[in-house]
Amino acid sequence: MQKGKHISEQFNSELESVRNAVLSMGGLVEKQLTDALTAIETNDASLADTVLSNDKKINALEMDIDGACTRIIAKRQPTASDLRLIVATLKTIADLERIGDEVKRLARVAKENFTSDQKHLLIGLENLGQLVVNMLRQALDSFARMDVESALEVHKLDSNIDRQYEGMMRQLMTYMMEDPRSIPKIMDVVWSARSLERIGDRCQNIAEYIIYNVQGKDVRHSSHESMEDTVRGGKPQV
Amino acid sequence: MEQQTEKPTIKTHLAAPSEVNIDALPRKLEVKDLRLSYGKDEALRGINLVIPEKKVTAFIGPSGCGKSTLLRCFNRMNDLVESCTITGEILLDGENIYQPNVDVAELRRQVGMVFQKPNPFPKSIYENVAYGLRLQGVNDRRTLDEVVEQSLRGAALWDEVKDRLHDNAFGLSGGQQQRLVIARAIAIEPEVLLLDEPASALDPISTLKIEELINELKEQYTIVIVTHNMQQAARVSDQTAFLYMGELIEYADTNTLFTTPAKKQTEDYITGRYG
Repeated sequence: MQKGKHISEQFNSELESVRNAVLSMGGLVEKQLTDALTAIETNDASLADTVLSNDKKINALEMDIDGACTRIIAKRQPTASDLRLIVATLKTIADLERIGDEVKRLARVAKENFTSDQKHLLIGLENLGQLVVNMLRQALDSFARMDVESALEVHKLDSNIDRQYEGMMRQLMTYMMEDPRSIPKIMDVVWSARSLERIGDRCQNIAEYIIYNVQGKDVRHSSHESMEDTVRGGKPQV
Repeated sequence: MEQQTEKPTIKTHLAAPSEVNIDALPRKLEVKDLRLSYGKDEALRGINLVIPEKKVTAFIGPSGCGKSTLLRCFNRMNDLVESCTITGEILLDGENIYQPNVDVAELRRQVGMVFQKPNPFPKSIYENVAYGLRLQGVNDRRTLDEVVEQSLRGAALWDEVKDRLHDNAFGLSGGQQQRLVIARAIAIEPEVLLLDEPASALDPISTLKIEELINELKEQYTIVIVTHNMQQAARVSDQTAFLYMGELIEYADTNTLFTTPAKKQTEDYITGRYG
C-alpha cells in the first residue's frame, strides 16, 4: 500500500493479499462485463454461457475475501487506515459481486435471438455499455491506486450514463408504441440497459468507499458538488 | 468470435480458511492425562494435547486457570515446588520427560524458557548471550563471537547493540532486554522455547517487535506461549488452547478458535463476557 509498513510482516502480507484479491476480482468482473457485451453484439451464445458459468468464480472470490477480512478483524484488531481499508474492501466486494449478477442478466439477453430487423434495438446498448465499461475500469484503477481525485472523476461519470439511459428508455418506448408485438424483445433490451445503469451506480459506490478509505470521510448520499467540497479540504461529515 | 475456453485463473493467496487438523501435524510435545496438584489443590485436571513442531501454540485463559503451570511442566520447572505432585506423561519427541532417568539440565537445554519480566544477568550484553555456552565449557573466542552475533541477529537485536556489546545489559530498554533474554535462550540451540507472558511488561511497539520475532523464530523452534492478552494469542499463534479451572476447554487452530469457537465457554471468554 501507499502507507508505511507494519512491524508485523505477516499483517502486511495479509493486507496485501486481500488487496490483490480485490484487484483480481475486479479484473474478472471487468472481463465478464466486456465478454457479455461482446456476446450481445455478436450474438454469441457460447460466450454468453462462459460468462454465466464464470460468475461462480466471482462469488467464490467474494466469499474468500470476506473470510480473510473476518480473520484479519478477529486476529489483528485493525485500527484507523487499516480498519478503513478492511471496511472499504468488504463493501467494495459486495458491490463487485452484485455487478457480476447484473452481468449475468446481460449474458442471458445475449442468448436471445434478435432477428436482423430487431438488431437496431441493440445499438443503444453498445454505446451505453462502452460508457459503463470505462467507468468500471476507472473505478478499479482508482481502487488499485487509492486515488481520491480519480475516484471523484469516476463518481461524476455516472450522470452521463444516467442521461444515456434515459434517452434510450424514451427511444425504446417509442418503438413499443409503434409495434406492440416487439415488446417482449424490447423488454429484454430495457432490462439490459437497466442492468448497465445499475452497474454505473455500483461503480459510484466503489468511488465513495475509496474516498472513505483514504480520507476517512463518508461522502455517501450527497450531491457531487458537496462531495467535491468535502474531499478537497472541507470538514469530515460525521 | 472464437470460443473462449480458457478460464481465468485466480489465485488469491488468502490463508486457507479450512480447519487445520492439529493431530495430523508432526508432534514435538505430547501431553497425556496430565494432573498436577499443589498440596490438595488440583491445578491441572487431566490435560491432553499435542504441540506440533515449529509452530506457535498459545495458552489463554483467566488468571489461575493453570496455563503457566502447564507451561512450566514442559521443562520441569515445577520440580522446584515442594508440594507439587504430578501424574500423567509429557512426551518430548516421544520420550516421557518425567521418567526418573531424565537429565533435567539437558531437558532444560532442549526446552528453553523466557519469563514475563526481562531478567538479564548483571553482565555485559555479550556475556549474557555467551553465558550458556560458557557453562557448557565453550571458551573459544571465535566460537563465542559467532554464536553471540547469530543469537542477537536471531532475536532481532544485533543492529541495535552491535556497537556496544560490552556495555552492561541493564542499560538496554525493557523491550531490548527481553529480546536479549530470548537471544540468551536461543544461544544454546534449544528445540522448544517456552514464553511466559513475554511481552506483558513491555510497551505496545516493543510488544509488536517481540511478536514479529516470535513469528520469525518459529521457522527454527517450536514455541509455546502463555499470554493474558488474547489479541496477542490471535496475532502470533498457529493454534490456541483455552484453559479454565485447570481443564482444557478447547484447543483448535487459531483462525477457527477466534472466529468460530466450538464451545460457548470459549466464546464467552474471547468476547470478554467473563474472565
